[in-house]
Amino acid sequence: MMSSELFFKPITELAALLESGKTSSVELMRAFVGRTQAVDRRVQAFNSCDESDALAQARASDLRRAAGGAIGPLDGIPVGLKDVIAVAGQPLTASSRMLAGFVSPYDATVTRKLKEAGAICWGRLNLDEFAMGSSTENSATRTTGNPWDLDRVPGGSSGGSAAAVAAGEAPAALGSDTGGSIRQPAALCGVVGLKPTYGRVSRYGLIAFASSLDQIGPFARTVEDAAVALGAIAGHDPLDSTSFRSEVPDYRAELARRRGPWKLGIAREYFAEGLDPEVGAAVEAAIAHYRKLGCEIREVSLPHTKYAVAAYYIIATAECSSNLSRYDGIRYGHRSPAAADALDIYFKSRAEGFGAEVKRRIILGTYVLSSGYYDAYYLRAQKVRTLIRRDFLDAYREVDAILTPTSPTAAFKKGERAADPLAMYLSDIYTIGVNLAGLPGISIPCGFTRGKLPIGLQIIGKPFGEAEMLAIAHAYERDHDWNRQHPDLR
Amino acid sequence: MSTSPPAALDIDRIAALARIALTPGEKAAFSAQLGDVLAYIALLKEADVTGVEPTAHAFPVENVWAEDVPQPGLPVAAALGNAPAQHDRMFAVPKVVE
Repeated sequence: MMSSELFFKPITELAALLESGKTSSVELMRAFVGRTQAVDRRVQAFNSCDESDALAQARASDLRRAAGGAIGPLDGIPVGLKDVIAVAGQPLTASSRMLAGFVSPYDATVTRKLKEAGAICWGRLNLDEFAMGSSTENSATRTTGNPWDLDRVPGGSSGGSAAAVAAGEAPAALGSDTGGSIRQPAALCGVVGLKPTYGRVSRYGLIAFASSLDQIGPFARTVEDAAVALGAIAGHDPLDSTSFRSEVPDYRAELARRRGPWKLGIAREYFAEGLDPEVGAAVEAAIAHYRKLGCEIREVSLPHTKYAVAAYYIIATAECSSNLSRYDGIRYGHRSPAAADALDIYFKSRAEGFGAEVKRRIILGTYVLSSGYYDAYYLRAQKVRTLIRRDFLDAYREVDAILTPTSPTAAFKKGERAADPLAMYLSDIYTIGVNLAGLPGISIPCGFTRGKLPIGLQIIGKPFGEAEMLAIAHAYERDHDWNRQHPDLR
Repeated sequence: MSTSPPAALDIDRIAALARIALTPGEKAAFSAQLGDVLAYIALLKEADVTGVEPTAHAFPVENVWAEDVPQPGLPVAAALGNAPAQHDRMFAVPKVVE
């Protein structure tokens, strides 16, 4: 089998090839290593990859299969990991100078679960430093290009994960989503990206950004692949006290069982000023398709949407200022060689180790939590969070899911928003409410601009309603071929 | 408690609280950029939050208990593996008492 035929195949097809013996995991892994060597100098999705370790994992999978012990659909399949997810013995940098040279002493729970499912942990993927950003330009290691147009950003913060899947360097990847960091890059790179309900997936071993918002989820080529990957990583974990005690459905089987028709909500607030007309038209066409499938489209109101970005940038920065206080140059991370005494270690190590956006957010978070401002900012933002959450729960009394654009625009040019943090923050306007409310959301490809840049449709589900949300996404995907078009990166 | 409009962000005070040494250039840039962000965030003052409870977590998290049983921790060598400086199986720091 030609290795080029493998790059863009979904997991489900690769698994069938492995099962029938038409290819081996080692052959598959070699193909992805070759592809990465061929294109990643231009795409720059990977911070690091360990080819010999990946090939050893592939050999182990082939031996398991030969002995009749293949585990399931992920056995022998490479999965990339955002460089904030710990893999024992491998580098973990958060794309920050602060963690240059850091080696994970243990596996994250999602890493352990992927390994238990037989998947090959393949490379550590670039991101905005400490997952703070919407373009992956805040990385201290490299600037990732969008595979559809390398002069444009892949989105962020999980830009490396999205770009690697879009460029055929991995069939799937994990990312983390605090304000849209899985869904927005998925939309901008033309792949599927799923943010699970808060508590659905353990965050043990994920470098923390904003703990009441962070959630790990998969990038994939198809909705079915996302269902397979979510099933592998979901579930309660005693090591994460926010992880939820409930059964994990067989998401893949549920796709076939749940056939609609559904009641789908459209919120006027998500089609307002700032939405690019081409993006709006593609999303309207997707809505029309659901209507054709017999779904009832209802208008719902999410009146507090306009406050979401403001509330988010108070809550997320407050939590990040607290979480990132651990980087003090004492037990791990960068220690300034110029520091004279203990206090000086903190000031200089943090000055040298953190990049501009991380410093900006720590400063803002420290300010909103500081004496005299706590009630006016942080407490008020938490109350507004209640209102935003209530909007969604009220809407879900009438509808099964809500359809929105994922991002107000397609991929923008590198450098275009770098000097204006507020403009960058507004890139997340359609994704942030989902994190504040703790809901699941998925972005799926729903078209291209005239300039051949991907457009994403966001489907927002009910709490712990991933199975229904995936089925709704699958119903659209089945009738379209957007995800079978690939960027020209020869 | 303060509900009055915030004064301009005192960048020196906040940077000291955050334990980050900022350059004069960073102070000037951050003050201007965060001024824009704070002006945007002031939008929240419009929201009527009378009688609304704050949400810290999207789903109420009660205390989660674990059995009080010792679990294996990281071996010393692994815990020290990323230490910037170590001495005699311990993290080393500059002298903090005279």
